Amino acid sequence: IYISIMHSFAEFDDAANLLAANPDATTISIEEPADIPKNKHGRGQPSGREEDDELLGTDDSDKTELLAGQKKSAPFWTFEYYQTFFDVDTYQVLDRIKGSVFPVPGKNFVRLYIRSNPDLYGPFWICATLVFAIAVSGNLSNFFIHLGKPTYHYVPEFRKVSIAATTIYAYAWLVPLALWGFLMWRNSKVMNIVSYSFLEIVCVYGYSLFIYIPTAILWIIPQKVVRWVLVVFSLCLSGSVLVMTFWPAVRDDNRRIALATVATIVLLHALLAVGCLAYFFDAPELDFPAPNIPVHNGTAVITKLQ
Amino acid sequence: GGSASRSERLVNTQFADLADMSASEEIPVEGEITVPVGAPSPDEDFSTLDEPVRETIMRDLKAVGKKFVHVMYPKKSSALLRDWDLWGPLVLCVSLALMLQGGSADSKEDGGPQFAEVFVIIWFGAVVITLNSKLLGGTISFFQSLCVLGYCVLPLTVAMLVCRLVLLASSGTVGFVVRLLVVLAMFAWSTLASTAFLADSQPPNRKALVVYPIFLFYFVISWMILTFMPQ
Repeated sequence: IYISIMHSFAEFDDAANLLAANPDATTISIEEPADIPKNKHGRGQPSGREEDDELLGTDDSDKTELLAGQKKSAPFWTFEYYQTFFDVDTYQVLDRIKGSVFPVPGKNFVRLYIRSNPDLYGPFWICATLVFAIAVSGNLSNFFIHLGKPTYHYVPEFRKVSIAATTIYAYAWLVPLALWGFLMWRNSKVMNIVSYSFLEIVCVYGYSLFIYIPTAILWIIPQKVVRWVLVVFSLCLSGSVLVMTFWPAVRDDNRRIALATVATIVLLHALLAVGCLAYFFDAPELDFPAPNIPVHNGTAVITKLQ
Repeated sequence: GGSASRSERLVNTQFADLADMSASEEIPVEGEITVPVGAPSPDEDFSTLDEPVRETIMRDLKAVGKKFVHVMYPKKSSALLRDWDLWGPLVLCVSLALMLQGGSADSKEDGGPQFAEVFVIIWFGAVVITLNSKLLGGTISFFQSLCVLGYCVLPLTVAMLVCRLVLLASSGTVGFVVRLLVVLAMFAWSTLASTAFLADSQPPNRKALVVYPIFLFYFVISWMILTFMPQ
């Protein structure tokens, strides 16, 4: 995995060098609305700049960039201010979900899909769906695992919904907050080319959690191997989205800090997946009719393989 | 005072002929200047303070009942939207929460939802969905949306009633299959009914974004109903 990640970083480096060599083609910081018109010019370049165009993404609407300068002008106590965070259409949300599930090496999720129009719809409802997917799948999986046992009495385990909700919403909002604070702090020390706003980070984290929804549903299958394969697979996909988003933001920093940051991001993501698997899904046991084995000499050994 | 002298000058200069005729006396202003306030008799028709209590209650009950009928046979009528009320949703929510009590192990940690949890899920869920649709640019008002979402819980309350009756008869596999089918049918009915009422007020390229949370909301309620296990 390390080698493939470094390879994709190399590709990204090449693209970034092309960008740096052509200063009036693009802006790299996407925080300032005043920089947006320069992006428009970038798309008028001859087709030799295909990599730049692909990096920026040409297929999405131009008018979101034009309007980006007018966004967030309402004061924060009015309803219109919050409406600017829900200014997405159905196809945009579906595109962003697709981009989080199929990460393309070298393409930055934020640059390609969000592009100064971060939305709160995706993160909020993906987290809500994930909470209920984990709770319902965990309940179903425990039901099927314990089904044949005579002493088993089904319980809906509704308490776990609140625990799942707290965990997932805390992860989806507090970790971006911490990461944003950390990046701002490093930005004040080292001049990074790429910097993200808090909402963009929340957006990336929210959409990267989408892959865990089908994973949670597939975790109903009571096979340990299957579950761990799913964990690794989904971690690779969503982890790579996060890594490719945040590597350019810390790349110019001290090498060790950059690597430590990226490693922490992936580690927290893995911890979430493994923690949910361990807490909500009971371990599948092999089918030994344990209580019915007649005891000889009181030394029957009942093994429960975990 | 001043205005009188001004009018006096006006009369004297512009109607000099008339002034000559009336021998320079002022022309008095005549007529009533009282503006008629809204006539008292229509107010008496709308004032419901004096009618018997039974009439008041029957009128509200009839309005709630009419809305129940609208939900069970959803057509695009605006009666549900225009005259919103929250009595029906409250009654449905309380009865659903009460019927979800008495489940297995509800005194232990891992039982079914408590009364307060059901209440909070239904009302908080409805508020969040309403806010979501308004933030996405919907034109429906806050309480109208709450009213529709609350009333559309009616098919699921009926499903809960049926489930409890089936569970009295049998709690085996056949009973489970019957309950599953009933809950599925009522879940579809609830979602379609509320979508029929709410979808028109959304911008056309965001309809799916508004319908999905409604689907999730009724799915969660259906899950609570389906997993109800008696003691």
